[in-house]
Amino acid sequence: MVKMVYTDSKIVVEGMNFYYGSSQALYNINIKLREKMVTALIGPSGCGKSTFLRTLNRMNDIIDGTRIEGKVLIDGKDIYHPLTDVVELRKKVGMIFQKSNPFPKSIFDNVAYGPRIHGLKDKNKLMEIVENCLIKAALWDEVKDRLNENAMGLSGGQQQRLCIARALAINPDVVLMDEPASALDPKSTMKIEDLINELKKDYTIVIVTHNMQQAGRVSDYTAFFYEGKLIEYDTTENIFTKPNQKQTEDYITGRFG
Amino acid sequence: MRNRRGEKIIFLLMRTLTYAIVFFITSVILDIVINGMPAISWHFLTESPEKSGAEGGIFPAIVGTLYLVTGTILVALPLGMMSAIYLSEYAKATRLTQIIRMAIVTLAGVPSIVFGLFGLGLFVITLDFGASILAGSITLACMILPTIIVASEESLKSVPQYMREGSLALGATKWETIYKNVLPYALPGMLTGSILGIGRAAGEAAPILLTAAAFFLPELPSSVYDQVMALPYHLYILATQHPDAQKILPMQYGTALVLLILVISLNLTAIIIRIRVRKKYKW
Repeated sequence: MVKMVYTDSKIVVEGMNFYYGSSQALYNINIKLREKMVTALIGPSGCGKSTFLRTLNRMNDIIDGTRIEGKVLIDGKDIYHPLTDVVELRKKVGMIFQKSNPFPKSIFDNVAYGPRIHGLKDKNKLMEIVENCLIKAALWDEVKDRLNENAMGLSGGQQQRLCIARALAINPDVVLMDEPASALDPKSTMKIEDLINELKKDYTIVIVTHNMQQAGRVSDYTAFFYEGKLIEYDTTENIFTKPNQKQTEDYITGRFG
Repeated sequence: MRNRRGEKIIFLLMRTLTYAIVFFITSVILDIVINGMPAISWHFLTESPEKSGAEGGIFPAIVGTLYLVTGTILVALPLGMMSAIYLSEYAKATRLTQIIRMAIVTLAGVPSIVFGLFGLGLFVITLDFGASILAGSITLACMILPTIIVASEESLKSVPQYMREGSLALGATKWETIYKNVLPYALPGMLTGSILGIGRAAGEAAPILLTAAAFFLPELPSSVYDQVMALPYHLYILATQHPDAQKILPMQYGTALVLLILVISLNLTAIIIRIRVRKKYKW
């Protein structure tokens, strides 16, 4: 049972099936994700939540032998249409990975990477973007005096916030996060969560998480995946307090997964 | 107790054999340095040979080897690196790429004299380059291509996948990603492997025997279509083909020492690059 009651949807997925070679990873997914809200994707390992997340900016395209059916509409446009420019899509839909992946360049060059790729050369403008994004990612105060130092010297939590700043620098509408805090200590995790709450004013956020408490703390809506199927999708409050499906209840109460 | 003593003996044997390697290489180098040093002089390094190499210097052979090495680099480096980029970043796991990989491995196992004969047949005769720097360089390049490709591919593969994903996710195209966020990190490793291959090319006599090297040619080449003298071939001639091989022993040692220094400095360059880069990029 999947309720669909929302009209101001940023992302609409219709009848999505996804395959790795001959094995199917997602079955008939239908979901609408609301604008400027945080949607959490939860479920046990291997349930397809990360695969689903990666269909939203076509990151699965780079894996050999993958195939997708159905439609993914962002702002009403089918992102899998043959005429869709993947580069434009990924400018609009940023992504934060599970393992923070700063490039072995300076802090400045990391954040400036996207804008430079897209043709911005003006030093002052770049500086402005770098500063703004680092401020938004709550990292500016910690790094403003060492923008030219190698990003690999930052702590794990700082690296992940740098990756968020880097993703924001291309000015996306949607930010996808794949377990962004799973490798971080509690304090850094809290900073990332505060940041997500801050960012949802401007961005539509979809976050995959293994951590139930985290889903409860940061998200407005929650989707529960199990064995490649979307089992239940509702407000986070409803999912956590009165789930409709037995499987959802079993999962969030810790009976499996 | 008996068991432990057995172990000790085996370890001792292994250690001795390992040290033996160091012993052999040191004796070879010492022998060449001790006997070669007296032959080396400004005159020896900058003059042309006289009396079929029995007197005079080895300047044309040094220049010839440098030309051949440069030519080899110009041909092998772009070809090898581009093949490696294709295989590592673009090629999908199909039958064709399997065949390509098998060809590369086979190429690595082909004896150098066979490359020489191949070069003679294709570049010298069929393509009519004549015995020349051009033909010799391309032949040497063919010989070291597998080394360059394999080393470069390894180096590209050692760049973590998340570097590529991170860049693609920011809206970079595949080529932009490779160019800006893979190659810079892989390049030093690619160069290191390539330099080791080039060092080997510098020291080989067989591939240039039939494609480039002249027995005795005091004049320097004026174009890529000219024959050249080369250190390894010159050494081979002095040691085996010269009527007074015994009398000109110092000339042989001197030539060997110069060749050795050339190859070792190439390898040292590779090692230095590797050390410096290890410090710079860590992930």
